Amino acid sequence: MADPASNRPTLALHVPEPKSRPGDPVDFSEFHVPEAGAQSRPDEGTKPEDMKDFAYDLVRVLGEDNKAHGPWDPKLDPDTLRTMLGHMAMVRAFDERMFRGQRQGKTSFYMKCTGEEATSVAASMALASDDMVFPSYRQQGILIARGYPLIEMINQIYSNAGDKLKGRQLPIMYSSREHSFFSISGNLATQTPQAVGWAMASAIKGDSRIAATWVGEGSTAEGDFHSACTFASVYNAPVILNVINNQWAISSFSGFAGAERTTFAARALGYGIAGLRVDGNDALACFAAQQWAANRARANQGPTLIEYFTYRAEGHSTSDDPSGYRSAQEREEWPLGDPVMRLKNHLIAIGEWDEERQQAMDLACAEEVKATTKEAEKNGILGHGLHHPFHTMFEDVFEELPWHLKEQAEQATRERKIKWPDQHPMDGAGK
Amino acid sequence: MNAQSKEMTETSAPTGRRINMIEAINEALDTMLARDPDVIVMGEDVGYFGGVFRCTAGLQEKHGKTRVFDTPISECGIIGVAVGMGAYGLRPVPEIQFADYIYPGIDQLISEAARLRYRSATEYIAPMTVRSPFGGGIFGGQTHSQSPESMFTHVSGLKTVIPSTPYDAKGLLISAIEDNDPVIFFEPKRIYNGPFTGFYDKPVEPWKKHDASVVPEGYYKIPLGKARQVQEGEALTVLAYGTMVHVAEAVAKDKGIDADILDLRTLVPLDIEAIEASVKKTGRCLIVHEATRTSGFGAELSALVTERCFYHLEAPVERVTGFDTPYPHSLEWAYFPGPVRIGEAMDKILKD
Repeated sequence: MADPASNRPTLALHVPEPKSRPGDPVDFSEFHVPEAGAQSRPDEGTKPEDMKDFAYDLVRVLGEDNKAHGPWDPKLDPDTLRTMLGHMAMVRAFDERMFRGQRQGKTSFYMKCTGEEATSVAASMALASDDMVFPSYRQQGILIARGYPLIEMINQIYSNAGDKLKGRQLPIMYSSREHSFFSISGNLATQTPQAVGWAMASAIKGDSRIAATWVGEGSTAEGDFHSACTFASVYNAPVILNVINNQWAISSFSGFAGAERTTFAARALGYGIAGLRVDGNDALACFAAQQWAANRARANQGPTLIEYFTYRAEGHSTSDDPSGYRSAQEREEWPLGDPVMRLKNHLIAIGEWDEERQQAMDLACAEEVKATTKEAEKNGILGHGLHHPFHTMFEDVFEELPWHLKEQAEQATRERKIKWPDQHPMDGAGK
Repeated sequence: MNAQSKEMTETSAPTGRRINMIEAINEALDTMLARDPDVIVMGEDVGYFGGVFRCTAGLQEKHGKTRVFDTPISECGIIGVAVGMGAYGLRPVPEIQFADYIYPGIDQLISEAARLRYRSATEYIAPMTVRSPFGGGIFGGQTHSQSPESMFTHVSGLKTVIPSTPYDAKGLLISAIEDNDPVIFFEPKRIYNGPFTGFYDKPVEPWKKHDASVVPEGYYKIPLGKARQVQEGEALTVLAYGTMVHVAEAVAKDKGIDADILDLRTLVPLDIEAIEASVKKTGRCLIVHEATRTSGFGAELSALVTERCFYHLEAPVERVTGFDTPYPHSLEWAYFPGPVRIGEAMDKILKD
């Protein structure tokens, strides 16, 4: 309570508020979109303190004319560009189908990455296939770019008898050691110090592999992110910290993670880490920035923090309805456009692609996802019987089953005979 | 002959080299650093300085800065990077300076280290051993005395180990480091230098006067999940671990009670066979720990004994624990579950 006798001014709490709410017109006029190609490309060994401007600028390659501009142009050959576009189209087709699958009751949950495909597909294509990635839950593009079988993804989403993770994990919490893709956790930002630790281990052993981690801008507020940046800086760890600033953390706009006063790339400055801010809807800029950071890490020049400025075009998840907290016009008027369209238009502009081939590719992606979905459904869908046997629930808590888990496994088996007497005891399944 | 002396006659004579618990822990780390190039020791002040309790003294000089190193003051970071190192294939042994300060790292322990094998269906594991001094009796006040073991025993996927002698500390720590599951290794700092009996007004004897300070050089292991028979008796079973093993032993001796005392050594996985065998023999059970009472590990022990030995029990299972308050500074000896509290509980159990 303010003291009426005091002559000191009263204090006021600032609670951030986004510029537009449902029904409001949107205004992105304050957001300065610099000219593509206008940013210089520093040497990969540049000291962090000499890179301050890069934390506030926006690295862009693809211009309004759909051509590649400036020193950040990675000069990829047309085949690589078509592969990149193909992966991004596949991610989009996959997201569409899986979202629908959730609505049809085939699984409990799904999360799309619509509008952010370049930040995972294009960025990860700049890494070596054995560089270790520590993703959040919105980098399915990395798995697709690394050739992870779609059927494994769908089996995991359906938690069925074919699920490599034995139905233990919420849909989309993939893991693939073979593809150097770390097990996804529901706990936000925990993967960031883990990526730093992996990179430290690689350095301790004199290895040549590097680590990269992805985290949303909302999760940068977690203490783990601060720990990750500190350890990365202290030990000069060969790691890339990718921050996907898609403007929204469920219903909270980026202002609640600190975006009103600074950029996320500028966080790097205080840690003495190289920071880059990149157009996250520009696949070539995403590739180029990741390549720059990878070269830097590989040469023992230390970590890089990259902010990808992008927009979460869809709801947070199948459990979310964004019309409850943000203007529908935002997506329409987002000034950096759509990453798939921009890459497609670039390929067309350089005479290496056309609308007919694009349509054929989109159709082929949709058909492949559909056929694979049908194949995966033979292993079951959530809640329809086909799943891993009961005893697997107790396995892998520890390397070996201790006595108390053995006792509990026996109890589950007894219960099972009472609850589902018609089922075959070995498969836990309804066949 | 008890289990301890049996193991010792197998490995060395009781007249052998005698060291304290700090030296035993240091030797375990030294042995494993030399034996396995993937073992990494890290934590606040553990490197150049050798640790605030000297447990890592000399290790950096001997094994190099990339094997034994200081870290920023960030428990979340220490445990988080250890999980990442484990995913790479290293075998990190991070230190948390006091168990009271493990909480900033608890999300990484519970949500990550403990679940990693399960959630990835064995693709990734966290073969790490988190060492941390714990327990009171040293005028450590609120934040240098806590015993948070039940926070970890409640987490599926973690193993919790607490030694009570130099011999056990070395053998159990080597087992913990070699174990492929994440292990919380709590070191009772009250007994780093000698076996404290709870009679706080009497001088503490150094470990050198105790047979369990005879510690073999080099590599040996004590299996996780196996209790130690401290002394055999018929009157009642005492279940204890850490400092309280020595306190219970001293009280039983002081009162002339023929107690069957088990040092649990590992809380998860628990040596349920040894517990059942003892309680079925004596028909009476006393559980002793320093940690606060409500939802402490004693509650789990009491429930297990009651469930599994009910028809053998001749008296209710008793718990002697710390009180349900934060650990006080000036009233340390009023708080500490010492000889008076244990003695009363023993009398009560034996009266029925």
